[in-house]
Amino acid sequence: MNKKISNFLFQNMVVFLFIILCVLATYFSKQPLTFVVSELFTRIARNSFIVLSLIIPVIAGMGLNFGIVIGAMAAQLAIFLTTYWGFTGISGFLFTVALATPFAVFFGFLVGKLFNYMKGNEMIGGLVLGYFADGIYQLVFLFIFGGVIKMNNSTLMIPTGIGVKNTIDLKDTVKYALDTVPMLTIVELGFYLTLIILACSVIFKLAKKQPVDWKSSAIKAIAAVTIYGLTFIKPVEQFLSADRLLLLWAVELGCLGTALWQAFGFIKWKLRAQKDGEDSGPNSFVPMKALVNLALAAMIYGLTYVPAIYNILIVVRLPVMTYLCIGALCIFNNILMKTRLGQNMRTVGQSRTVANAAGIDVDKTRIIAMIFSTVLASWGQLIFLQNVGTISTYGAHTQVGQFAIAALLVGGASVQKATNKQALLGIVLFHTLFIVSPLAGKELFGDPVIGEYFRVFVSYGVIALALAMHAWKKPEKPKAETAAPREEKPKAA
Amino acid sequence: MDKTKETYVLKMDNIAKEYYGNRVLKGVKLHIRPGEIHALMGENGAGKSTLMNILFGMPVIHSTGGFEGTVEVNGEPVQIDTPLKAMEMGIGMVHQEFMLIPGFTVTENIKVGREISTPNLASRLFGRSMESLDFKQMRRDARKALKTIGLQIEEYVKIAGLPVGYMQFIEIARELDKTGIRILVFDEPTAVLTESEAERLLEAMRVISSQGIAIIFITHRLDEVMAVADSMTILRDGEFVARKEIKDTNVVEIAELMIGRKMEKLVDDGIPDTRTIKDDDIAISLRNYKVDMPGEKVTGIDLDIRKGEIFGIGGLAGQGKLGIPNGIMGLYKAEGQVKINGQTLNLDKLGDALDHKVAFVSEDRRGVGLLLDESIEQNIIFSAMQTNGKFLKKFAWINLYDAAAAQKHAEEMVKTLDIRCTGIRQPAGALSGGNQQKVCLARALTLEPDVLFVSEPTRGIDIGAKKLVLEYLAKLNREQGMTVVIVSSELMELRSVSDRIAIISDGKLACILKPDDSDAAFGLAMSGAWKGGQENA
Repeated sequence: MNKKISNFLFQNMVVFLFIILCVLATYFSKQPLTFVVSELFTRIARNSFIVLSLIIPVIAGMGLNFGIVIGAMAAQLAIFLTTYWGFTGISGFLFTVALATPFAVFFGFLVGKLFNYMKGNEMIGGLVLGYFADGIYQLVFLFIFGGVIKMNNSTLMIPTGIGVKNTIDLKDTVKYALDTVPMLTIVELGFYLTLIILACSVIFKLAKKQPVDWKSSAIKAIAAVTIYGLTFIKPVEQFLSADRLLLLWAVELGCLGTALWQAFGFIKWKLRAQKDGEDSGPNSFVPMKALVNLALAAMIYGLTYVPAIYNILIVVRLPVMTYLCIGALCIFNNILMKTRLGQNMRTVGQSRTVANAAGIDVDKTRIIAMIFSTVLASWGQLIFLQNVGTISTYGAHTQVGQFAIAALLVGGASVQKATNKQALLGIVLFHTLFIVSPLAGKELFGDPVIGEYFRVFVSYGVIALALAMHAWKKPEKPKAETAAPREEKPKAA
Repeated sequence: MDKTKETYVLKMDNIAKEYYGNRVLKGVKLHIRPGEIHALMGENGAGKSTLMNILFGMPVIHSTGGFEGTVEVNGEPVQIDTPLKAMEMGIGMVHQEFMLIPGFTVTENIKVGREISTPNLASRLFGRSMESLDFKQMRRDARKALKTIGLQIEEYVKIAGLPVGYMQFIEIARELDKTGIRILVFDEPTAVLTESEAERLLEAMRVISSQGIAIIFITHRLDEVMAVADSMTILRDGEFVARKEIKDTNVVEIAELMIGRKMEKLVDDGIPDTRTIKDDDIAISLRNYKVDMPGEKVTGIDLDIRKGEIFGIGGLAGQGKLGIPNGIMGLYKAEGQVKINGQTLNLDKLGDALDHKVAFVSEDRRGVGLLLDESIEQNIIFSAMQTNGKFLKKFAWINLYDAAAAQKHAEEMVKTLDIRCTGIRQPAGALSGGNQQKVCLARALTLEPDVLFVSEPTRGIDIGAKKLVLEYLAKLNREQGMTVVIVSSELMELRSVSDRIAIISDGKLACILKPDDSDAAFGLAMSGAWKGGQENA
């Protein structure tokens, strides 16, 4: 038992170290928790999407994708153009997304092509490629815009007319475009989307002359209509007309959702047990696990009555649409892994030789993984930019890769393995440290400059430390492998 | 021979293949009937692997200029230029090095690349690759394939951590699961298995062939061929020698055909034995010696090896015999007292054994033994260069690599050990198993050791090379008085060359036997019936 615990601690030591660091730094920063937490949730909304975009390449065995910088550049290119053309609001934002996607697909394809020539060295390749792309990016923004393509806009361009200004203000265009989508609109959108998907699926099946499950389609349609209908009730409508959700309510909704989900699973499990006695393997419903989940939900709900926590919960307001997007990406990552393509990615990631022998097109799979990652990264950068509200034209993308990768590593992911949970946990830990470390530095050493150093030190130090600690963790198993090269170690002659 | 109008599921005729001007196959033919077990035999380097690579359309064949000859599957001429095409023709392979993914479950491994999926909306829009996987159906198929070969295992456990024998069976299950499989190639499947596992594998092969699937069985073990095969093809030096029905032949004839000369005792007694071995002149003494090597744990051994003798260490796989040399060389954590020629060895210091003039030829040739991408020359000299400072010349205060001396030495070694290669610049990884082993041996000898440990010297190499290696070891011992310790799972080879044989059982010394002791004595010792550690005179 004791060994089990120490083993668990050793396996997760990166995470534990950063939890300890976060607690200490928060304590020494002498900031109220309300400040730290509300700041943290802003940053989660901003950064999660881009960190989650790193997961697919890790699964496909391409390591940590430093190439997401190129996705970020695609995003900035698109947002500059839409700003120049004067698109605003959520429609402007969606147009920017639509514009950034083909760029990102193309760049992702090129990066994937290149990475196929340097298998095993994707990480260093991606890093250098980022610098190279930055050069081209500067050429485009400093010379081609204005120099080759005539652009007349005194707020965006440098007074000489050649080159884009250092900062682009998004205040009157797409700032908070995604964050401020009211919940009512989201429900409405969801309603129409469900109907369209149902209709498409039925039409497809009819066209291919496959049997249509009318009953389940009808139930889904009725459920959608019912939920949409609920929004016409006055108090519900009022509640939903806001664009932010109080964290307290989010927690309560989460607890309620967990309880309902477990109950749903239980009923399904009971029904199936009656239908056929056959146990369908390891993924079936486990009553013990459900009980633990329920207990956890109850406990968390109970905690909301603690005054200190209550005080925090009623301060923080979450941008609903942004968080939904992050959730959707988590679900997408999971669903993708349950498709043929996802399984191919996993196979390629585990062993290219086996994948090749099994007839999987390794190169193509890797390119697709890169395209996914680059496109998601560009969307992530757009979400980040619309929340920040200004673009530092020549700086916003440069550190995207480092920060996202540092966050992922802090969450306990490694070069070979990364999950949604690790990404989210990593964002929480990394950004907590990011928020409080300058303040802690200031409090401890009395100099705000030292606090700033602290911040830089944290982001780079984190990557080095996490990588080193993962490397330290590894040699436990294949001892023979590490022993081999040592045999040939030269003597000090 | 086609007078009887026999139908063949596979016919390969006049196959010839050249690698960089070196003809490795010269007009070979291979005919396989449906549902038979056909043994493909030949010494290492006889061209078996090349022939199979051609059958599978491996890229290595087509990137080096293709091959000559015709291939017919089910009577129709075919062009197999990619592994995928071979797969579509119903040709499967159970690889020698497992093609399994440790992090995947048994089901996922069996279904890799051929997942069962159901269409959904996304797949209708973006194509088949977005279809969702039907794990339930996949599990059912996996269970069925496992049942065919009689493997009792849950289909949802992960491969990592399963015993080696199970992995082999999962490989087979995967091939069986492919629909329309007609020909299944087993590439030395029993090489990594224990005896009882090998028995089960042969049994499974019979079951598979009884379902009408033809099996090509590549192996070095004659007894297995006699036990299970229906017919066989023998290759020698890239040439077709004979196709025989097993019922018309016998072991002696097969061995003769393979080697092309009469089968002899493994070692000639031609070398005069002028050694005087004294009981009090001890080269290696072990006291309460323990090694923590996974799968080969040594749990406390007292042993004395006399100077100038050939000492054999035998025992079943996994009992700890391999742990002994690996511990002494410092490759795995060891404790206890080890004295080399009376001097205590520091077991925690890697390379200390080398300093005491102990050399080691590892059983793990590709992992520990060789730098696969480096030239034969580099492989032969690097240990001596680092440890003894040989092949270096002084230039002012800098030690420079003495290329001329190294080349001379390497060429000498290649000649004495008969290493078959295109030259000393050829990468070691490109050699066949037997020749790689010779390179390992050459490297160890370059160290000019007093004591030479040789671990599994003949694993995966053919009779011809086996004989040469053993004879050379005997010669070293007789002529130079080198103490040789051979660790091997093949009792025959230990008994033909050693002066004394220690049998290791359960990490402990079972007993020390003379080579001419009865088979029963060896059998009892290996089965762990004796735990005394006494010398059995």
